[in-house]
Amino acid sequence: MALELSPEERDLAAGRRGEGVATAARIVAEAARLLGAERLVPIVSAHIDGCLYHGPAGLRFAETLVERGARVSVPTTLNVGALNLGRPDQARLSAAARAEAFRQTRAYEALGCRATWTCSPYQAGHRPAKGAQVAWGESNAVAFCNSVLGARTNRYGDLLDIACAIAGRAPETGLHKTENRRARALFDLSGVSDRLKSEDAFWPVLGALLGARAGERPAAIAGVAAAATEDRLKALGAAAASFGSVALFHVVGATPEAASLEEACGGAPEDLLEERIVVDAAMLRAARDQLSTTAEDRVSAVAIGSPHLSLAEAEALIEALDGRRVALPFYANTGRHVVAALEARGRLAALGAAGVTLVVDTCIVVTPILPPGDGALLTNSGKFAHYAPGNTGHAALYGSLRDCVETAVAGRLVRDEGLWA
Amino acid sequence: MSAGRISATSLVHGEGEGLLLRLDAPISFWGGVDPATGRIQSPRHPQYGETIGGRVLAIPRLIGSSSSSAVLLELIAAGRGPAALILGGVDAILLIAPVVGRELGLAAPPAVDLAPEAIARLPEARLRVVAQREGAAEIRVLGER
Repeated sequence: MALELSPEERDLAAGRRGEGVATAARIVAEAARLLGAERLVPIVSAHIDGCLYHGPAGLRFAETLVERGARVSVPTTLNVGALNLGRPDQARLSAAARAEAFRQTRAYEALGCRATWTCSPYQAGHRPAKGAQVAWGESNAVAFCNSVLGARTNRYGDLLDIACAIAGRAPETGLHKTENRRARALFDLSGVSDRLKSEDAFWPVLGALLGARAGERPAAIAGVAAAATEDRLKALGAAAASFGSVALFHVVGATPEAASLEEACGGAPEDLLEERIVVDAAMLRAARDQLSTTAEDRVSAVAIGSPHLSLAEAEALIEALDGRRVALPFYANTGRHVVAALEARGRLAALGAAGVTLVVDTCIVVTPILPPGDGALLTNSGKFAHYAPGNTGHAALYGSLRDCVETAVAGRLVRDEGLWA
Repeated sequence: MSAGRISATSLVHGEGEGLLLRLDAPISFWGGVDPATGRIQSPRHPQYGETIGGRVLAIPRLIGSSSSSAVLLELIAAGRGPAALILGGVDAILLIAPVVGRELGLAAPPAVDLAPEAIARLPEARLRVVAQREGAAEIRVLGER
């Protein structure tokens, strides 16, 4: 069946409501045709990744939409941009690139998007209901939206994300449809120790394993529900979406579409699962080793907060620092919503006093902030570990939050390997 | 010398010609490809150091970031895009770049869908990709490297 647009959608695409929305509707319709969708689905919210400045072409696209009179038609949040808007000189960009990056932020705000500037929009008040049809971009936000909130989105890439927000519609394919949300692979962690699962550092490692082994199939994860806090699920999803194409996972007993394995699979698991993977300690150690790209122990800098730190994660950093000062550059990446909450609680000064550099509205792998140096970047984020080598030139070293803080305070690599023994 | 013709499915219509560059591992354009030069910059990737500009780029599987379309749009606008794309499946993230490029009046590469096994058998040669507006596409082998 070929794509069929409703009379209203045909009017949009033909420009009867303006050339801006027509441009967006044509892009959404072309995407729907490519994906084999039969129709478009109305959406109730959007999250935009395309606001990050990559170069003049993306800026030209955004400003073209503004010039043509486009506005978003649903509540829409913005992912990070290339600038810390409170400290635009923090990124080592040329004056010309900084000016263009700033114009890009203005263009997306002019389209009617909320100036959230965070990759954790779901912790900045944007939480669509279970079953809601939405169009979200940014791979970690997509994984969280589908898996932890139970709202329905495909991985909307840059350019298509804003087109959907303006048109108020998305191609009705993939994870918008119930039958494509069912788990087809099972990761059974019932044999892994509870002690390991109770460590924050375990979750990005499980995510890297999931990303490598699940492919694009929704997977169910069994045996981890008792320790599955929201921030841990966020870290899991971010790593899984970086090391693979994971857009939806189910944690049996913890996430909204997986009260049981049967519910996650949409029927009898023995009939419906294509693969069962029994995860053991050796597989997890191998996945953890993949998160580091060097065996050397020289550390140039430490970075945490991909996805952006929640308030709880920022508080955990302050506790781990325990009044000490860092001796290495230490970057805490977070959103303005968390900075405001820390300030309201009188906790912001503690980070400044410790020598921690806050990176707000952006992050260290999307814009040049890290100091030059040939040592590694130590991080507790699976996503930073994946992207740091290509985007920053620094090799990646993976460790726990405690490893990150103790290393930064000592000025040399301190890692507790006991956890993985 | 092979004079083979391989049938594929058209995704984005048009014609393009260049030397095959086959990616032996999945790639995220964002992070994996430098948006200014088109060089594959992820040290973990088997084709690390290759440049995609002007090549017939065959990608059995895409992964990762939703910014891949933005990176490809920058390369297309700067004249450093691939000559054609051969994908082992439909990827709406990447393919939005040529769609938006054409909305902006830019020359954008065609794209075709070809099974990953068939991608694996493509010769290391100069290829011409011809994608019709509706459905059909053909990959012509012009000469071995």
